[in-house]
Amino acid sequence: MAILLLAEHDGSVLLDQTARALAAALEIGSDVDILVAGKDIGAVAETAAGLAGVRTVLKADADDLDHQLPEAIAALVLQLAEGYDTIAAPATSLGKSAMPRVAALLDVMQISDVIAVLAPDTFKRPIYAGNAIQIVQSSDARRVLTVRTSAFAPVAATGAAAIETVAFAPAEARSRFIEEQRGKSARPELGAARIVVSGGRALGSAENFQTRVVALADVLGAAVGASRAPVDEGYAPNDWQVGQTGKIVAPELYIAVGISGAIQHVAGMKDAKTIVAINSDANAPIFQYADYGLVGDLFELVPQLTAALAQTRS
Amino acid sequence: MKALVPIKRVADFNARIRVRPDGTGVDLANIKMSANPFDEIALEQAVRLREAGGVSEVIAVSIGSAQCRDVLRSALALGADRAILIRSDLTLEALAIAKLLATLVRAEGIGLAILGKQAIDDDAGQTGQMLAALLGWPQATFASSVELQGASAKVTREVDGGLQTIEVNLPAVITADLRLNTPRFVGLPAIMKAKQKPIEERDAESCGVSLGARLCVLRTEEPPTRKAGVMVKTVADLVDKLRLEAGVL
Repeated sequence: MAILLLAEHDGSVLLDQTARALAAALEIGSDVDILVAGKDIGAVAETAAGLAGVRTVLKADADDLDHQLPEAIAALVLQLAEGYDTIAAPATSLGKSAMPRVAALLDVMQISDVIAVLAPDTFKRPIYAGNAIQIVQSSDARRVLTVRTSAFAPVAATGAAAIETVAFAPAEARSRFIEEQRGKSARPELGAARIVVSGGRALGSAENFQTRVVALADVLGAAVGASRAPVDEGYAPNDWQVGQTGKIVAPELYIAVGISGAIQHVAGMKDAKTIVAINSDANAPIFQYADYGLVGDLFELVPQLTAALAQTRS
Repeated sequence: MKALVPIKRVADFNARIRVRPDGTGVDLANIKMSANPFDEIALEQAVRLREAGGVSEVIAVSIGSAQCRDVLRSALALGADRAILIRSDLTLEALAIAKLLATLVRAEGIGLAILGKQAIDDDAGQTGQMLAALLGWPQATFASSVELQGASAKVTREVDGGLQTIEVNLPAVITADLRLNTPRFVGLPAIMKAKQKPIEERDAESCGVSLGARLCVLRTEEPPTRKAGVMVKTVADLVDKLRLEAGVL
């Protein structure tokens, strides 16, 4: 019952999603190998080897794996697939892009966004933006799955697995990386943050978003999120979007500012431990999900909250 | 170059979804059904590429029961040149759908397949990537901009860390994200005209691919509900509650 888990990293650092997906993999079985693929990823492989419960880290370091294009990653995973009953990846942009390719070529139906492992072949997964949960059992000889990492706590960094090098035999590349625009910030990553402050349509402009939502997040050391409207309007970047089709988060504290609470947004944050909603409309659906609701003008209340928190924290 | 756009008929994005009390699935009786919103964005993109000259013909395809004719009519009204219904009364999984689409791609000589990045009913997000793999094509998932450049396409993708731009050789599969475009408003004359257009029909069973389900849905459950919260009057109250009651500050 060996399991291959694809590591999530940004080229230089192993990301938190790997340790969370590893927790899911270890519920399936104990022989978990982590595949670290990319270019110059020696340090990433070292970090992966330090995660508790890993059997072996497989390191594939090659020019053709630079930028982790899904065609190359899927080809690499398929080279290794023979030795595994389960192939898993965190449900990140990469996992979601590469794993269905692996599944199709193994003639397997993938199980997307696993939120609980009930047996090695039986899983829970959300459908309809999390309005229903399916329990599915796979009849395929091999399982291919992606893991919703917000549903699993990361394993500790107390391991010391061996690192093995694997060769990658690339096919002719038919896709090429051109460029990347990554949001650079000192704030915690949205998917891993303990506190998330999100803004919605009511903010109305980039300046308001910055002076209200981002300022509050900064006082709390929180990550910044957004509902769909600010991203569509261009005053929040796409990688801030929380929801059914954006990021799924489950922080200790989620503060929703000026967000009405459409089901598509709620799907991305309703597993937060504590939810605060600040909205001028007392009938906004977001209040049905909030542990603490505050009705009023966010342009008055949010600066007040920011000031109060700055005071208690200093 | 011919473009293919698959359209899935799903519960409308505004519909209130309820799990059947006996756990056998969700109750779709009396629920408004629509085209998957991401598929409409994919179709709009294909139509725009045809209008710009890079695509010669846009073929919309839906796979499922006779009721899928509705979403194909809408696709014709939005601007698809042809519509094909692949009939099946089975509940088909993404793998079977991808296999059916691959047979159609080969039969029609398709050079570009644009799909929605996910369907809002099963939220699986697999079909485009599976289709690309089965055809041996490159893919560009989560597209927020698409530019055809002769034998390749330049695509900007919405990824976890921000935006990534890649170039894929054609033929290729592209999956549409929210920001790719806003589908045009379809007026009554276009809807009336679309009613005159034929919808070609094929039988899924005769496509020569295996359609059997690999996943058995043992049960469908309600998600855990959150306990009712409280309304606070002032910011000071809120800070107190967060510190003393919730213990999250």
